[in-house]
Amino acid sequence: METTSSLLALMSFGHDGWGARFLDGIVVTVEVSLSAYAVSLVFGLLGAGAKLSPYKWLRSIADVYTTLVRALPELLLLLLVYYSGADAIKFLLSFLGDDYEDVEVDPFAAAVMALGFIGGAYMTEVMRGAIQSIPVGQIEAAKACGMSPLLRVRRIILPQMLRFALPGMSNLWLNATKDSSLISVLGSFQDILFMGYRAASTTKHYSYFYTMTALCFLIITLVSMAGIRLLEARVNRGYK
Amino acid sequence: MDESLTFLLSIFPRLLAAVPLTLALTAISGVIGNALAVPVALARLSPNPLLWMPSAFYILLMRGTPLLVQTYLIYYGLGEILPGSFIQQTFLWEYLKDGFWYAVFAFSLNTAGYTGEILRGAMSAVPRGEIEAAKAYGMSSRQILWRVTLPRAIQICLPAMSGETILLLKATSLASLITVWDVMGTARQIQKESYRIYEPLIAAGIIYIVTVFILTRLLNWLERRINQHRAAPQSA
Amino acid sequence: MDTTLKVEDLHKRFGDAEVLKGVSLSANTGDVIAMIGSSGSGKSTLLRCINLLETPNSGRVYVNGELIRMKAMPDGTAKPEDQKQVERIRSKLAMVFQNFNLWSHRTILENVIEAPVHVLGVPKKEAIEKAEALLAKVGIADKRNFYPNHLSGGQQQRAAIARALAMDPSVLLFDEPTSALDPELVGEVLQVMRKLAEEGRTMLVVTHEMGFARDVASQIVFLHKGQIEEQGTPSEVIGHPKSERLKQFLSSTRH
Repeated sequence: METTSSLLALMSFGHDGWGARFLDGIVVTVEVSLSAYAVSLVFGLLGAGAKLSPYKWLRSIADVYTTLVRALPELLLLLLVYYSGADAIKFLLSFLGDDYEDVEVDPFAAAVMALGFIGGAYMTEVMRGAIQSIPVGQIEAAKACGMSPLLRVRRIILPQMLRFALPGMSNLWLNATKDSSLISVLGSFQDILFMGYRAASTTKHYSYFYTMTALCFLIITLVSMAGIRLLEARVNRGYK
Repeated sequence: MDESLTFLLSIFPRLLAAVPLTLALTAISGVIGNALAVPVALARLSPNPLLWMPSAFYILLMRGTPLLVQTYLIYYGLGEILPGSFIQQTFLWEYLKDGFWYAVFAFSLNTAGYTGEILRGAMSAVPRGEIEAAKAYGMSSRQILWRVTLPRAIQICLPAMSGETILLLKATSLASLITVWDVMGTARQIQKESYRIYEPLIAAGIIYIVTVFILTRLLNWLERRINQHRAAPQSA
Repeated sequence: MDTTLKVEDLHKRFGDAEVLKGVSLSANTGDVIAMIGSSGSGKSTLLRCINLLETPNSGRVYVNGELIRMKAMPDGTAKPEDQKQVERIRSKLAMVFQNFNLWSHRTILENVIEAPVHVLGVPKKEAIEKAEALLAKVGIADKRNFYPNHLSGGQQQRAAIARALAMDPSVLLFDEPTSALDPELVGEVLQVMRKLAEEGRTMLVVTHEMGFARDVASQIVFLHKGQIEEQGTPSEVIGHPKSERLKQFLSSTRH
């Protein structure tokens, strides 16, 4: 058994330690999570808008989207969207001419799109529920003042929705950070889990390095939870 | 395209043969995890810091880190420790060579954390009056727990628990990353053999969708049965 | 006399139920019209059809002589022809709701300036000055930085009245403004409304407050099952009811 000090040395920031590489991993994980979350916000807004639209075909598309994503394992969807997303972009580029045939689609963009697409389905439900929670009278009052639909969305619906959507959106952010760990499977990202995997298999200190990996994610979660608490206090001013 | 469809159809039997393994992972982890959720929730609600603090930490750990990391930690971590221990001498060792039981272990612990938190919420949501009524009729606190609080709490959180079960079914696909040949694992295996990216994933996707659909129906039916007495009486 | 608001032959159906069966009404500048009637008589629906929160199936609404253009749909309903026109006309018909409907994510002052700034395009500074004067007028100047949920019902309704006044409306529409209030808070809201009537504002008030209707209204309209059953000055309608239904209604509300 190793002594504690030699185990600690493994996480040091020097030449032989893994500390700096884990820090890099945290940066990659946060970058991927943030970008994927931003994409999921776009998908969520579009999805919620479609679900609440008066057009049946739009509602149907949104229903298929959320049903499929929620029935499929994240890992399977990630692989499917990751590869097909890259192919789709290549396919579109091929119309522009032969020059683009050898284009490599940026794996970061493909992975972010894939994770954002998955998160967007859950975001759709959160936002739809939040919009429906806004008291009808609040929207009627806006209509009665002569606000246009766009103005109503911008000034009344979105700010009010935020309050109802915040718990769900916070949860989805925590999910986004955790789901980002799946990209380690793709092999082209040096996120936390990938670093942990590498460190563990190089040094054979499996339990030690996977515990460190878990710890990194836990830190992200705890920091996020603190941030969410601040945000909630701000958004909920005026309601207590 | 036609050739692709033929291939897609040709791999279905192999993938379908893996469905029982996926279902077994879900069922065994679900039963163990939900059973463990009860002590987790009870400890979480205890006024004793020696009980609620470890429980709160456990819930945070399970919900605050990715399931994939937990799965690796258990698979590789235990794989590092067990070979030198007495376990190697026992009959258990036969089972522990395979990834299956490590996956079950990881998924059960994870489910216990998530469901434990749900159950905690539900137990605090049991109407105070019903518990007071039980006290007024002279039930002991143990009786109140088993006869009133817990059954009522389970009723309250049943919909959330079926949601968790569906999530668990999907999460079992992570077992494919520790050499378990469930539906996802088999699909990845076929991918490697055939050098085809999409067909195995699409076929596996169809199987997951159908399985989720059937399981959802089943859980809804179960929920209705359990909550039957709360429905309005049937008129003649 | 100039007609500020004119309604002609308004019909409204919800599914099979015909809620308004051809109602006509007109208000001149400075008129205070009280609409009374039992619940289900269609008085709130009438009010909501005027600013198109409900779309009437047929009929015409003129505001300051301008017709709100509608087009008939094949399924028997109608649709406004020009949404922009509807928005412009709504900004002249300020509404006060039964449940106040103040925007809960904005302070009282923000509620009052919201529509003037964003719909009418009034400069913010100007809007704030005016809002403060209006809040003082309804007696809640000290509450301007509170959020609606921190105010009593009566205070919220007075804020809602200030919000309506901030639009410089041609007509004020009141939809049962005191029905959601605790009895002891009704008086403060009615008092504000009396003051507005004395200023010569044109008001259309759906109400159960017979005292207010008798003292303040220039005209009372009694609706029954989607039609105007009786109409006239307070002394005619309340003092000398002609129809049996109105007599019944008055005796049921009088104690």
